[in-house]
Amino acid sequence: MKKNLDRRRFLKIAGTSMGVGALYTVWPSLGRSAEAAELARRLGATTGERPTPFTFAQLSDAHVGFDGPIGTRALEKAVATINSLSRRPDLVLFTGDLTHDTENAGEHAARMNLFKEIAGRLQVAKVYHVPGEHDAGLDGGELFRSVFGPTSYSFDHRGVHFIALDNVSRARPEVGEEQRAWLARDLARFHQTTPIVVFTHRPLFDLRPDWEWFTSDGDEVMNHLAPYENVTVLYGHIHREDHHTIGHSRHFAARSLIFAFPDPEKVDEKKAVPFDKDRPFANLGLRIIDRTPGQATPADTVRVQDVELAMNELSGTEGFNQILKPATF
Amino acid sequence: MSLQRILRVAVHGLALAAPFLAVAGGPARAQDEPRVIAITAKRFEFSPNQITLSKGETVKLRIQSEDVTHGLFVRPLGIDAEIAPGRVTELTVTPQAAGTYRAICDHFCGAGHGGMKMTIVVEGPPASAGPGR
Repeated sequence: MKKNLDRRRFLKIAGTSMGVGALYTVWPSLGRSAEAAELARRLGATTGERPTPFTFAQLSDAHVGFDGPIGTRALEKAVATINSLSRRPDLVLFTGDLTHDTENAGEHAARMNLFKEIAGRLQVAKVYHVPGEHDAGLDGGELFRSVFGPTSYSFDHRGVHFIALDNVSRARPEVGEEQRAWLARDLARFHQTTPIVVFTHRPLFDLRPDWEWFTSDGDEVMNHLAPYENVTVLYGHIHREDHHTIGHSRHFAARSLIFAFPDPEKVDEKKAVPFDKDRPFANLGLRIIDRTPGQATPADTVRVQDVELAMNELSGTEGFNQILKPATF
Repeated sequence: MSLQRILRVAVHGLALAAPFLAVAGGPARAQDEPRVIAITAKRFEFSPNQITLSKGETVKLRIQSEDVTHGLFVRPLGIDAEIAPGRVTELTVTPQAAGTYRAICDHFCGAGHGGMKMTIVVEGPPASAGPGR
C-alpha cells in the first residue's frame, strides 16, 4: 500500500454537543483512491464490516429519581428530539447515572424501570448503556445487570469497534485488573487503524481528582489503547461539556439531563449550577450539529440541524457560540 | 501519563489488632517513632475534618470506618486507601510540599458521598505551584 494516505484521518468522528447529550457523525474519508479502498477492505476484514457513514448519539446522567426541578423532562425532551431528527442516529449510547441512587432497593428498581420506559421510546436501532456510580455504586451493579445485562462489553457497528467500560461498579473510580485484561484481549484482533469508540462513565484521565473526576487506573486503560490511532472516549459524570486530546485519543464529555456543574477551572467547590426557574434548561439546552460527509473542509461540513430545546424553552440564542466549536476539532 | 508523587505514602492496609489510637499531642514519642493521627470515617464525614502536618515530617494516619467501606484519596499527596469497616487502615506519609489539600472519600457510600471530604494542611515553605487538588 502506498504511504500517501493519512490513515489517522481515514475515518473521522465529529462530536456535536447537543446540550442534553451529543451527536456524533462517523464517516470514512475514503475518496476513491485504490489505497483507500484497500484500507477499507482491510478494516472490513478485521471488524467484519467496511466503514460506512452513520450517526450516533450520546446521552448521559439522567439521574431519574433525583429530587430536583427538572425531573425527567430533559430526558424526555432528549428522546423526543432524537426521534424527530431527519437523519435518525443508528445508535444511542447512555454513559451512566441513568438513575439517582437510593438505599431503598425497590425504589431504585422503580427508578431504573422508569428510565427504561422513557429511553424505550427512542426510535433507533440499538440503545446501549453503561452504569454510573449512582446506578451501581451501592450494589456492585446488580440492579443494572438485572435490567440491562453486562456492565462492560464490546460490539462492532459499520466498521467501528465500540467498547463499553465500567469504572463505577467497584464503588470506587476504577476499571479493575480483570476488566483491563478483558480489554487487552478484546483489542488484540484489531489493526492499529481500526476506529475505536470507548464509552464509560467517569473520565479516564485526571480531569479534577479532588472532585472525583478521574479513574484511578485510567492510565493503564489508556496504555492498552495507545497503539490505536483512532480512539474516541465518550464519558459523562461531570455534567458539562469537555474535550481533551491525549496522544491519539480524543475524550468528550456530554452534558447531563438533570443539572450542570460549573467550570472546574473557575471555582474551587463542586456545587451544581443554581437552577433558574425562568430558564429551566439553561446549561441543559439542546444543540445539534451534523456534519455532511464528503465535503472539502471542516467549515463546509458543519450544518446546524436544530436548536429545538434551547429555542423552545429559552426563546433565545443561548448556546449558539458553542454550536460552532465542533468545526475546530 | 505520569503522576506526580509529592508525598511518599505507604498503605499498609493491615487489619491491626492494636487499639485505635489518637496519639497526636499525646505523650513524648521515641526519637524515630512518627506522630500518629487517628481519623474516623462515617457516612458522610471524616473526623477530624482537618489535620495539619509539617513538610518533611513522617506521620501515620490510622483510619477506621464506623459504618461502611469508605476511601481516602488525595492525588497530589499520593494517598489512595480503601477504608473497610472492622479494621484499622494505616498510612505512613511524609509530605514533601506545603499547601492545602482536599481529601475525598472515593468509595461511593450513599446520598451524601459527594460531600465527604477533609482538609490536609501541610505547613512549611510554600510550594511554587498553587494549592493542590
